Amino acid sequence: MTLEGEARARSVVEITGVSKVFEGRAQRAGRVEALVDIDLSITAGEFVSLIGPSGCGKSTLLRLIGDLTPPTAGSITVNGKPAERARRDRDYGMVFQAPVLFDWRTVQGNVELPLEISGASKAQRSQRAKEHLRLVELSDFAGHYPWQLSGGMQQRVAIARALAVDPALLLMDEPFGALDEMTRERMNLELLKIWERTETTIVFVTHSIAEAVFLSTRVVVMSPRPGRISSIIDIDLPRERNVETRELEQYFHLVTAVREALRGDERSADSSDEDADDLAARRVTAEGLGG
Amino acid sequence: MTAAEVATPAGGRGLGAGVTRGIRAWGPPTLLLVGLLAVWEIAVRSFGIKQFILPRPLAIAEAWVTYLPELYAAARYTFLEILAGLVIGATAGIVIGIVTARYRFMQDSLMPFAVAASSVPILAFAPIFNNWFGLDQQLSKAMVAAVLCFFPVMINTVRGLTNVDARALELLRSYAASEAAVFRKLRVPNSLPYVFTALRLAVTLATIGAVVGEYFAAPRSSLGQYIATYSAFLNFERSWAAIVFACIIGIGLYLIVAIAERVVMPWYDRQAEWR
Amino acid sequence: MARSASARRRLRPLVGFLTVLVVLLVAWETIKFIGGDTWHIENVLGTGVTIDHDPPLTFAFATDVKLPHIWAIAGEFGNQDAVGDTTVTRLLRAALFTLRNAAIGFALGSTIGMLLAILLVHVRMLERAILPLIVASQTIPIIAIAPLIVIGLKADWFGVAIVSTYLTFFPVTIAALRGLRAFDPRAMELMRSYAASKWAILRKLRLPASRPYLFTGFRIAAPAAVVGAIVGELPSLIQDGLARQIITGMQYYSLNAEYLWATIVVSSLLGIGVYLLVAGVENWVLRHERRPEAAAT
Repeated sequence: MTLEGEARARSVVEITGVSKVFEGRAQRAGRVEALVDIDLSITAGEFVSLIGPSGCGKSTLLRLIGDLTPPTAGSITVNGKPAERARRDRDYGMVFQAPVLFDWRTVQGNVELPLEISGASKAQRSQRAKEHLRLVELSDFAGHYPWQLSGGMQQRVAIARALAVDPALLLMDEPFGALDEMTRERMNLELLKIWERTETTIVFVTHSIAEAVFLSTRVVVMSPRPGRISSIIDIDLPRERNVETRELEQYFHLVTAVREALRGDERSADSSDEDADDLAARRVTAEGLGG
Repeated sequence: MTAAEVATPAGGRGLGAGVTRGIRAWGPPTLLLVGLLAVWEIAVRSFGIKQFILPRPLAIAEAWVTYLPELYAAARYTFLEILAGLVIGATAGIVIGIVTARYRFMQDSLMPFAVAASSVPILAFAPIFNNWFGLDQQLSKAMVAAVLCFFPVMINTVRGLTNVDARALELLRSYAASEAAVFRKLRVPNSLPYVFTALRLAVTLATIGAVVGEYFAAPRSSLGQYIATYSAFLNFERSWAAIVFACIIGIGLYLIVAIAERVVMPWYDRQAEWR
Repeated sequence: MARSASARRRLRPLVGFLTVLVVLLVAWETIKFIGGDTWHIENVLGTGVTIDHDPPLTFAFATDVKLPHIWAIAGEFGNQDAVGDTTVTRLLRAALFTLRNAAIGFALGSTIGMLLAILLVHVRMLERAILPLIVASQTIPIIAIAPLIVIGLKADWFGVAIVSTYLTFFPVTIAALRGLRAFDPRAMELMRSYAASKWAILRKLRLPASRPYLFTGFRIAAPAAVVGAIVGELPSLIQDGLARQIITGMQYYSLNAEYLWATIVVSSLLGIGVYLLVAGVENWVLRHERRPEAAAT
């Protein structure tokens, strides 16, 4: 994102000084500091990935944004409102690792679910659902039941469902985690196409460095114990991503950069190839800002 | 992405495939049953086995035909009790189940009680019901049947309404869905398989309740008394003929529930149940 | 602190049960207070106080015959008969007799059920033929055959045990069938990679995996075995079991209604008792595992 563009763009998510502590139950783990002092700002149209080892709090952070759990300290605003209100106003869509489709509804019925709850009319629901099924290329399966579809297809239904309410913000928690590598790469391309068409803001949690770099405009690297943001890396790959993108030299640099950030290695040892740009891109901040 | 990824029932769709599937499912057991009956009949005839508790199938069939009018009258009498008991017990079970599932404190108190109560030999209450509702009244046997049905239906209704996938609950929360919406869209459909399992069991229990209730005290023209009386006379062909009637009622009601299940839950993957 | 929290959690069902029971008993006496027969209790709890109460309304079903006072039923347990036996002794003896037969039936039925399930799991063809018949047989009031079996086998404890056996074997078979297959398919692949024999797979994979499901079946089967034993005793002339006591209670109901109620209390305790016994064994055997929350059958 260019500096000018950023100035124009509005902030969709503002996370300020957020912490999340889980109080232990009886003889269990005891107090867990899942997240400590998180500050993050996400602007409209971005694709931000959260990546980090187990226990770094990336899923927790996503759930905090989505108001599925309250913060212990700090505040989260989505679209200028507190997260809870944003949830009530249905400002966002969520996609989890498991599709969580209802067995008793057809594919189309599942996509219509959030629309029913927000009170859309029958005609509206049907039209929106069909539209979004077309978007994920599953129009032919509208009348099928979930158990008749493969894992990848079920996830696409889940994505269609999340998008059906035309949310400003899409939260995705390792949605392709259960899929094989090839399906995953295909789904990545699909997701980018959808992102392009809908111009939603996406916050995406993943374990895969390659996926994070390939999809995002920014990668937020997190570290555990306690969970915090350790660095934010701008992905300045061309906006048009496709199969060839994975073979660009810049892509490898960025993947390496993310990997090193994950290792907590701030010094770039003997990578003589490293760009000054890359160095500048890596910042250990508590006040993460892009650009 | 391709049609190949989509699951189709083994053998394909269409009427012909459906019939083939039906035969494959029901063929072996029917053959087995017929085979067993034939072996039974032949063995008794050729070896001259003393027919005591188990008369030959054909002898039973004969008795069935000979005494059909009185058997049918007795069966009708008992059938009403079974049906009434089923309706009363199942309805009460579902209603109380819904109320119980709604409030946590009711779950904590009523569920343990219901589980304990379903271990009680309810049949031991049959004489009490006879005393309350009248020895010769159908209502007393119907109440035995109803109480027998009530507990499994109630327990399963509560379980079905509360055992929902936590992730589905979270999904609906992310839609800011109201409690009523969660109930309608998630809990109720989730509970249907549980409720139908209980209904199938309830059919059996209602039949048992009515027939055994009649053992204690009932007019002569009822299946339970018929079985007991002719067993005491050692006239086992007639007892078995009456039992056959009880079976017909039981299987008939069971099939009705099974059909209702298919109509109400067309999406249910029945194969999974027997895996 | 941790231990008391989990102990408290385990006591919750008991507390819940007792709460409902107390509510029922209170409601019982309240109904009698409002519309039953006249209350006349002398020397309440040895205090010398007499309670005389004439209920304002009249409910037909709340008479002392139809709905005896709770304390009258409790008092019945201490009654002595001509031979010097107290009611409670007689009932306990009868309960033990019935329990013995039920236990034999339960043991037999469980064994048969599990063997049958093991057979069906290994011979697919048999399963397809037999299983629908077994399920269909559940719709038959097998308990209706009880009198025949018992009378035919000359009416002694064996016939009764056979009835219990039948009622036990069905839930156990169904539960075992589900349990013997309730493992991660990848575990099976692992065993195959060790070239494990069918027998070894059975011992090391299927049987352990089936235990939670088996216990679900046992919890249903145990009370059913008790019911079967009671009903089996009914039409015969067996004198020693609970059924005989129930019939006696029926016959003398107008004279001594409390006797039948006492019998019912003992029968209920027997049913609940075997259920708790199975649940207790289950908790101990499966103390390290997660339990599947199963629907009834």
